[in-house]
Amino acid sequence: MSDSTIDPRLLRAPPKRPLRLSWSDERVRGIVWQVVVVGIVGAIVWWLWSNTVHNLEVRRIATGFGFLDREAGLPIAESLIEYSPADTYFRALLVGLLNTLKVAVVGILLATILGTLVGIARLSRNWLLAKLAGIYVEVIRDLPLLLQLLFWYAILQGLPGPRQALNPAEGVFLSNRGLKLPILEWQAAHSWTLLAFLAGALGTWAFRRAARARQMQDGQPRRIWPVALALMLGLPVAVWAALGAPWSIDWPALRGFNFRGGMTISPEYFALLLGLVLYTAGFIAEIVRAGILAVPHGQWEAAQALGLRSGQVLSRIVLPQALRVIVPPMTSQYLNLTKNSSLAVAIGYQDIVSIANTTLNQTGQAIEGIAIIMLVYLTISLSISLFMNWYNARIALVER
Amino acid sequence: MQPFGPSFRRALGMVVLGLALTLPAMGQAQQAPADANTLEAVKSRGTLICGVNTGLAGFGQPDSQGVWRGFDVDYCRAYAAAIFGDPNKVRFVPSTAQNRFTALQSGEVDVMARNTTWTLSRDTSLGFDFTGTNFYDGQGFMVKSSAGVQSARELDGATICVQPGTTTEQNLTDWARANNIRFTPVVIERMEEVVGAFVSGRCDAYTTDASGLAATRAAQARPDDFTILPEVISKEPLSPLVRQGDPRFADIVRWVHFLLVNAEEFGITQANVQQAAQNDTRPDVQRMLGRNGELGQMLGLESNWAVNVIRAVGNYGELFERNLAPIGLQRGPNALWTKGGLQYAPPFR
Repeated sequence: MSDSTIDPRLLRAPPKRPLRLSWSDERVRGIVWQVVVVGIVGAIVWWLWSNTVHNLEVRRIATGFGFLDREAGLPIAESLIEYSPADTYFRALLVGLLNTLKVAVVGILLATILGTLVGIARLSRNWLLAKLAGIYVEVIRDLPLLLQLLFWYAILQGLPGPRQALNPAEGVFLSNRGLKLPILEWQAAHSWTLLAFLAGALGTWAFRRAARARQMQDGQPRRIWPVALALMLGLPVAVWAALGAPWSIDWPALRGFNFRGGMTISPEYFALLLGLVLYTAGFIAEIVRAGILAVPHGQWEAAQALGLRSGQVLSRIVLPQALRVIVPPMTSQYLNLTKNSSLAVAIGYQDIVSIANTTLNQTGQAIEGIAIIMLVYLTISLSISLFMNWYNARIALVER
Repeated sequence: MQPFGPSFRRALGMVVLGLALTLPAMGQAQQAPADANTLEAVKSRGTLICGVNTGLAGFGQPDSQGVWRGFDVDYCRAYAAAIFGDPNKVRFVPSTAQNRFTALQSGEVDVMARNTTWTLSRDTSLGFDFTGTNFYDGQGFMVKSSAGVQSARELDGATICVQPGTTTEQNLTDWARANNIRFTPVVIERMEEVVGAFVSGRCDAYTTDASGLAATRAAQARPDDFTILPEVISKEPLSPLVRQGDPRFADIVRWVHFLLVNAEEFGITQANVQQAAQNDTRPDVQRMLGRNGELGQMLGLESNWAVNVIRAVGNYGELFERNLAPIGLQRGPNALWTKGGLQYAPPFR
């Protein structure tokens, strides 16, 4: 962690004193109190546990996680993996977990981008832009998220039916069944192309590192973009062309009740994503603004005096200092977004909470169901925290 | 130096407080569970707590004055009348399809009268006792009339709105698998919102019990815009339920239903029950209404409990006429057995 910012004097060990078995000894008191507190907490936990087990027995409610292997029989509208109602509860819950991650990961990315843009816009010298960003932040922050989700969902339901779907571009249909997009039919050649792109990205990264190292020696900046273009665009295209350049598109088409084929973004997912992104971006915008304002004005002026362009001032001087202030509260916002995604139940997006609720309703095993939900959110949240703490430590300014 | 400083005394106080809070609770945990005698708990509380639907016309819904109305709601009033002699000593707790079972398991409500289907797993592993089918139902589909769908078999590829955590949801998947029908579910917990999604056109069809479809259709501004398809794909015996482990309370709930059915069979109504209690010469009516025998005491109730119930809510037929006929439901299988239906109650003897 960011040990570098701690006063070294604090790290020095205090002078040792012999332990006296007396109430007047601070350390003895400390130990006694800790034992007492741990004992009380332990007793409460034990009592809660035994009481629960006892009551479950008396009421003849089934216990245990055996239900996970049973057939779920519940329908799930959207799933990242193969799923049918004949699958087990375990798989249904896994689908729910992936649906939660799908909205959380995309939501965090989009909220960060939008929030940063709005935060910068709020500091803009353009009066209109700054005011619009200000209004956005104030309105969005002050309305309850659940209300916003229901609002967006109601708006999306107000779209025309599939037969009268809006068709803004070839193969793109917008209706109250969601957004239908044409999708590339995935073939082996595409996997190789993707692999080539990843290899290219890795190569670009290595080249950039080497270029940096040489710049440190001779002070000459080197162009990276031609190499990046060749590796990350040229190489994949070459691989794709070498494999016969196959491509075919799966077009959505209206058949019977609904569109078949193509890719769907359901109104439930879109409403949830939209609500979460807009809401969280309002908070992120303020965090970004605070972070930028926290960098003393002298830093801007000094950077400009050195002849840096305004983009460089932002990316080289201001942002690295601002990130110090931005990252810790940003972690909280990411955690909030992830946890708020559980409001999905209100608008019918089948996330982990929705599916676990149905599971506990069908099996009657509320405690197990809630435990699964808590475990999932705890795991996701701790992962986000760990990653953000690592990132925070990495970008922390080294002060001497 | 003082051996016990102020911080120590404060901490000691907190420990004592903590122990004071936990120890009696520990003692309680060793006793029999608090609700093993639901009847005593209800009597000492002075009100019955009854779980009802969040809003289903005909079964349980508050009216424009905020008074709960409906078939299930009247059952709750009947229980209160049986226990207290007063149908108003009941508090209604609305519950969704998903939270109803935990509400009953946890003791938040004493009894659940909320169009709930009697199934084996709910009767056993969920820890409930179902007390007797007060409404025979079956699952159906409703579509917009403009869609031109005549049969549920034409629903292949459709988007179907359904409430989660219901037998409806499971029946739907079973039926779709058996008939090789593909569908996209839209699963929303609150009934108002799932109906809203269907009405707005998010779904091609809405599925729930036929009674619920009729209620929803009747509540629309233009009911003719909606068609209920002829297929009934499941058996849905709806029954009030109580927690397992308290057979005496289950008996009361069960026999209130039998009383309502028997009263209809004997022609005892809200209007004539007082008179019948005094003048009716039929021995079984005299036993039922508490003029002879000790049937009330056997249930742990007053001897005139049956009169109180009928006077408060009427008999089964009156409940049906008042609540379910207005939303367009026929008696059908819920007619008395003497009229070719399935409603049949054991004798008061």
